[in-house]
Amino acid sequence: MSVNPELQGRVFPPAPPYLVGREKVREFARAVFATSPIHLDPDAAAEAGHTDVVAPPTFPVVIQEHTLAQLLAEPDAGIDFSRVVHGDQRFSYSRPIVAGDELTATLTVTSVKTLGPHAMVTASSEMLDSSGAHVVTSVSTLVVRGGE
Amino acid sequence: MSAPRLDSLSVGDVVAEREFSLTRDSLVRYAGASGDFNPIHYRDDVAASVGLPGVLAHGMLTMGFAVQPVVDWAGDPARVVDYQVKFTRPVVVDPETGALVTVVAKVGALTETTARIDLTVTFDGSTVLGKAQVVVELA
Repeated sequence: MSVNPELQGRVFPPAPPYLVGREKVREFARAVFATSPIHLDPDAAAEAGHTDVVAPPTFPVVIQEHTLAQLLAEPDAGIDFSRVVHGDQRFSYSRPIVAGDELTATLTVTSVKTLGPHAMVTASSEMLDSSGAHVVTSVSTLVVRGGE
Repeated sequence: MSAPRLDSLSVGDVVAEREFSLTRDSLVRYAGASGDFNPIHYRDDVAASVGLPGVLAHGMLTMGFAVQPVVDWAGDPARVVDYQVKFTRPVVVDPETGALVTVVAKVGALTETTARIDLTVTFDGSTVLGKAQVVVELA
């Protein structure tokens, strides 16, 4: 099985909206050793001018898990999950994520490159809030190792 | 918290430094929080069966904590507007002794409104992230 080069440019249907919960933000913040009270304490967040606790910079990975699952489940993608290694990751924000946000993520495969038996698939998940405004784009490159 | 002043920064300044002590518990906690339940992050037998030297920390866990010293320095996580890394080497987490990962955050570039902070993230004498850059908005 090899990665289908025709995946490049494919846009997936938006994933179901993800409601960012306060306790999920706190749980994630503790898991990444965050210490800023703005991640953990709604009063500290309010003092800094936010409507609720602010998610850590890498929090969109939780939502990206759902969009990447769409890609891996695509019948013609040819991506064997057990051979996938995470190559790189980027988050580009228009505004921070706060608890209470409802985010809808749409996945686009921006590039498929082959390097000998291996393939590199770059997937971009664009996340919009319930008003349709851009919040963050999460870009991930997956390295799919070729069979031996 | 007030933001660091851009005009007080110079390229090359170290703005934060921290050590993180990971254990297998850290990996299980991150698996639950992130939803990434790939067993190479908690089962020695599965890690060995795919040729790994041991159970590895999630790359996204390393990316997640490596930015925290910068968040604290910036004073407000909302000031982090862009963050990218390349995963270059795995962090092997020993079941008994865990893994010690060091983060050094240095000013890499400055604009009128932002500071790019470059992270050097080291485990066992080698860097584990490449091109680890955090853009912090300070004006």
